[in-house]
Amino acid sequence: MTRFLARRLLNYVLLLILASFLTFTLTSLSFKPLDSLESRNPRPPQAVIDAKAAELNLNNPIPIRYARWASDAVTGDFGTTITGQPIADELGRRVGVSLRLLVIGAVLGTLIGVVVGAWGAIRQYHLSDRVITVASLLLLSTPVFVIAPLLMLGALRVNSILGVQLFEYIGETSPDAVGGWWNQFVDRVQHLVLPSFTLALMGIAGYSRYQRNAMLDVLGQDFIRTARAKGLTRRQALFKHGLRTALIPMATLFAYGVSGLVTGAVFTEKIFGWHGMGEWVVQGIATQDTNVIAAVTVFTGAAVLLAGLLSDVIYAALDPRVRVR
Amino acid sequence: MSEPVTTESATSAKSGLDAQKFASRRNLVWRRFLRNRPAVAALVLLVLFLVGCYALPPLLPYSYTDLDYYALQQPPSTAHWFGTTAIGQDLLALTLRGMQKSMLIGVFVAIISTVIAATVGAIAGYFGGWRDRTLMWIVDLLLVVPSFIVVAIVTPRLGSGDRVFWLIVLFSVFGWMISSRIVRGMTMSLREREFVVAARYMGVSNTRIILRHILPNVASLLIIDTTLNVGTAILAETGLSFLGFGIQPPDVSLGTLIAAGTQSALTFPWVFLFPAGVLVLIILSANLVGDGLRDALDPGARPLRRKRT
Repeated sequence: MTRFLARRLLNYVLLLILASFLTFTLTSLSFKPLDSLESRNPRPPQAVIDAKAAELNLNNPIPIRYARWASDAVTGDFGTTITGQPIADELGRRVGVSLRLLVIGAVLGTLIGVVVGAWGAIRQYHLSDRVITVASLLLLSTPVFVIAPLLMLGALRVNSILGVQLFEYIGETSPDAVGGWWNQFVDRVQHLVLPSFTLALMGIAGYSRYQRNAMLDVLGQDFIRTARAKGLTRRQALFKHGLRTALIPMATLFAYGVSGLVTGAVFTEKIFGWHGMGEWVVQGIATQDTNVIAAVTVFTGAAVLLAGLLSDVIYAALDPRVRVR
Repeated sequence: MSEPVTTESATSAKSGLDAQKFASRRNLVWRRFLRNRPAVAALVLLVLFLVGCYALPPLLPYSYTDLDYYALQQPPSTAHWFGTTAIGQDLLALTLRGMQKSMLIGVFVAIISTVIAATVGAIAGYFGGWRDRTLMWIVDLLLVVPSFIVVAIVTPRLGSGDRVFWLIVLFSVFGWMISSRIVRGMTMSLREREFVVAARYMGVSNTRIILRHILPNVASLLIIDTTLNVGTAILAETGLSFLGFGIQPPDVSLGTLIAAGTQSALTFPWVFLFPAGVLVLIILSANLVGDGLRDALDPGARPLRRKRT
């Protein structure tokens, strides 16, 4: 198992390097970072433009630029933004912001999705199952950038009915949050609810559909009947034998779901005004900043690959057959 | 598959069709699909949308570029069915214009990416060995590359005239990986089946085996995949335009309309609700048709799915 994981990890590192190289090359080819200087009126002296080009390391061929960037990145120095701020400082803060959103969204989405899907399968064709099926199909067809404004509208309605600012929908914390750590904490939670729920809804919609199908497949199998015949209660049979087996395909799905989640976070951060990685990449494209894009690529790539590794581990934990390798 | 065939021919005998003749598989699937009312309604809606977004604009009194200065930010009325925007554009004309692009991109991306997925998956699964390893490694690589970011970076630099063409190309390139893995898995099990082995021993060429024996057997998956990809592609295009990297003003897409509408969703909800509603309807319909096709093509996939009697 350890050797299998180690080999996987090595392959992942290789993939990550290649992916970042490809993105770096594409970005360097299509970005023209000197445009903003050259189009200025009056045009700055050529010496200034040349100095900027040298600062951004534009005079070398792309592979050399990448090699220099990568060798710095390994030591934790991701270069500077186009305006000269070191990326590493901001990276730490933004990764923290994004991870808070992604982890809570992924965990909530997966857990609720699995429970809802399994519930629907157990109560197939009951009213609750039908409602769940229709709702998840509707949610699955609604893009994040429609869900988020709708949730905001709903939150606004709730706020105005209650007369209290229960939900916050701009930023991750209010600038005027003062007082002890408790106030700070409550303030952060108030800001966190809507964006993480938006992301979680995506997960719930997807996972519940698959979980329902997987669970239905399992419920028809002989071993559930055997478990019941052996004297287990319906609940025990469903949880210990049914749910566990039905969770196995979910592990694979989880790995793919995370890349969708990362894309969803771009929209969520932009709409709710969170200063995370997603917002950064949108800014980076607008300001034609290669280093920012490369840093974000490494982050998203690492997130996707870690999710893949995690799903392998979960798979092995659930399915004893794959453990013998 | 044998059981549904007999029941179907029994019903066709009752409905006055030639009982001696076996109902063809296509007929069977089609009839099974027709019984699924939500899916049929969704298909009708999709066709209506597709025809409507091209046929309707010439009949409207306003084109999407016309400005009506006497109706700025007006709610829906008889003159402007969907209302108007802040500068007096007719929202119905704008929405139709956006739909044209979204549906064009959706349909083409779905078809192209499914073709790539089928080719790659079949080759990797049938030949195995180094071809399999190389192709699956490329799949892994493309899954790690943040496709959305790459498309967002590349599109603004491409010409604005053929923007739609480039979006179709880029989304197709990044849209086939997961389905190709599924096709590969199915091909690997088909490869060991008797009819494929027999064909190989009879000296049929590999290309011909893939085309005549492998692909028809994964066809149902490919059809379902194409339909579901329509929704995914439309989501990708509108999402990109929402962020400002896809279709750019003055041209409109459902994404740019929703982005503009979000800002005034609280005060002028129709500017947000109409484009968003149309978008959700399109994707919902595509998903419903895909689900209906899955049930029709592959009735055994959900063993417990029976009508309650």
